Amino acid sequence: MNDHLAIETDKLTKVYGSGNTEVVAMREASMRVRPGEVVALLGPSGSGKSTFLTAVGLINPPTSGRVFIGGRLVLDGPHARTNLGKFRRRHMGFIFQKSNLIPFLNARENVQIALQLNGATTGAARRRAMELLDYLGVADRAGNYPSMLSGGQQQRAAVARALANEPSVILADEPTAALDSHRGRQVMELFAKVAHENDAGVIVVTHDHRALDIFDTIYEMEDGVIRPMQSAVPSA
Amino acid sequence: MNLAAKDIRHNLGRFALTTIGVGMLLMIVMGMGGIYRGIIEDATLLIDHIGADMWVVQRDTRGPLAEVSRVPSNLVHRVAAVPGVATSREFVYHTIQREYEGKPIRIAVLGLSWPTDKGDWLPLVAGRALRQNHFEMIADRTLRLELGEDIKLGRETYTIVGLTANMISSAGDGIAFVATSDAMAIQFDAAGEAVRLEREARRSRGERYEVGRQQPVLLEQAYKSSAEIPPIAPPQMSAVLVTVAPGHDAEQVAATIAAWGDVTVHTRADQRELLLEGNVEKVRRQIGLFRILLTVIAAIIMALILYTLTLDKLHSIALLKLIGAPSTVIVGMILQQALVLGVLGYGIGYLVGQRIFPQFPRRVILTQDDLMQLAAIVLAISVLSSLLGIWKAMRISPNEAIA
Ligand SMILES: Nc1ncnc2c1ncn2[C@@H]1O[C@H](COP(=O)(O)OP(=O)(O)O)[C@@H](O)[C@H]1O
Ligand SMILES: [Mg+2]
Repeated sequence: MNDHLAIETDKLTKVYGSGNTEVVAMREASMRVRPGEVVALLGPSGSGKSTFLTAVGLINPPTSGRVFIGGRLVLDGPHARTNLGKFRRRHMGFIFQKSNLIPFLNARENVQIALQLNGATTGAARRRAMELLDYLGVADRAGNYPSMLSGGQQQRAAVARALANEPSVILADEPTAALDSHRGRQVMELFAKVAHENDAGVIVVTHDHRALDIFDTIYEMEDGVIRPMQSAVPSA
Repeated sequence: MNLAAKDIRHNLGRFALTTIGVGMLLMIVMGMGGIYRGIIEDATLLIDHIGADMWVVQRDTRGPLAEVSRVPSNLVHRVAAVPGVATSREFVYHTIQREYEGKPIRIAVLGLSWPTDKGDWLPLVAGRALRQNHFEMIADRTLRLELGEDIKLGRETYTIVGLTANMISSAGDGIAFVATSDAMAIQFDAAGEAVRLEREARRSRGERYEVGRQQPVLLEQAYKSSAEIPPIAPPQMSAVLVTVAPGHDAEQVAATIAAWGDVTVHTRADQRELLLEGNVEKVRRQIGLFRILLTVIAAIIMALILYTLTLDKLHSIALLKLIGAPSTVIVGMILQQALVLGVLGYGIGYLVGQRIFPQFPRRVILTQDDLMQLAAIVLAISVLSSLLGIWKAMRISPNEAIA
């Protein structure tokens, strides 16, 4: 679709705190994700996966290093090179482990808000939200508040919202941790499907080794350092 | 999609209770202002209605509505003789407290100067003006007397022939209107024994004087009722009410009367002013300070509730920022909630006040100006009280949506 990389990070380093309490959460983390590529990021707790993902997501700028999205430099160290909020709204979709949804909006409205923030009219946003929920198999729950939805239904609604503006980048941090393995796998497959259909670059932080066959590329993170782990893929 | 409304709907119970609470507070703020207006209105009602251009009162007093004023009864005729005076009538006014049907009742008794004044100027809500110069009474509704009811005051019984609304003294007592002579009878009513003792004393004073001993018939005279004894002055009145003839200068007339050594003249405007600055000024300050306190408390409560509503939403706000909501959306949400709280609170305060204030023993008058002023204040405190929540919301990072 386009010849730019969906995501490129160049030696991202993140230092939390200073002096005695200094923690280097991420060291020169570099990664390249092509459009349509689905990447898994593995690693023990505390290894810096979330730090990396939030840096790519433009919500937790790195101490140094650069982030390119769609070939465009958006973060140069801690400095924004564009309006990050607007950029996220247009080009990125996020899914986390839990509490992804705004509790005072029902499932449909949670999707709709993302569309309306991006300039869609109420009517159009409403129709598109229903389509997405339908696509994710939770259209019958459209009117329910998050507290009335099961973990799986919540995650599907969250995925629907993440996909709402047809983002070129989808970032997911342990999205299946709250789901049973069957549901978890379904959500992962969904990412792959969307990535391939929309030519989006997808990074999924996960602990779930059973679903790794879905991913195109697998990275491993340890002590803030990222490296490919292609060899560890179980036989597909 | 209106986020403010969605959040309110989701927290409806809490929001409703808060709104009602704020509404009650605002109602009290409104009521306080209304009570103040009521006091002013009541204090000046009589002056405005009685239709006198000036009041001739005891020298150096502020008049019968503010303090005790005594003028001789022949003053009416002296005043009437002044060039430019159209009418001159007696004003008798005093407050009594009696037992009525087992309960204490305070009545401000006002004498109508029969036959020139039968009470036609009174705002009657039932019944009629006086038709005879004795034993008829027009009472204010607040005295809780019924039309046609008889009330015994002193040695006489008076029949209620008319009822007025909102005619009360500056102390808040309902006014009863009777003919002047009746008003005096009520005022100077003394027990039979007291009258006998007074006459006896008069006689024995007479016996001590040469003239009394030489002319025993004088002593006999002294034993009669005081009204029958020419040298004893008839009872005094409270004031004389004057209207100025058209074409004459009120200032001129006032100056003429004021030159007499025994009286002071107040124009209607003077009378108003005196009454307001004397009786009402302190009440005004007292109520004013109270209103300010209540307004501040309402603002603090609103700020607190908006702040906690925002705290509860911090995760949602971080999430909104994460999906790219601009600050205006988030500020707008909090500000709208503040305004909804303020506007609904004001509305509730107004509606509840409308139903409750009429039950108050004294009048609560909500004027358009006061209501507009309070509305502006409520809008201002709504905005101010949202600032704390907005400040908190602006500081939260989208990163916290993930935590
Ligand atoms: N806001 C923060 N302040 C200080 N240290 C942090 C902060 N966020 C994460 N860390 C530290 O950075 C390291 C990496 O954390 P994180 O990126 O959350 O790892 P993971 O997602 O792989 O569990 C951990 O040692 C963590 O304690
Ligand atoms: Mg993590």
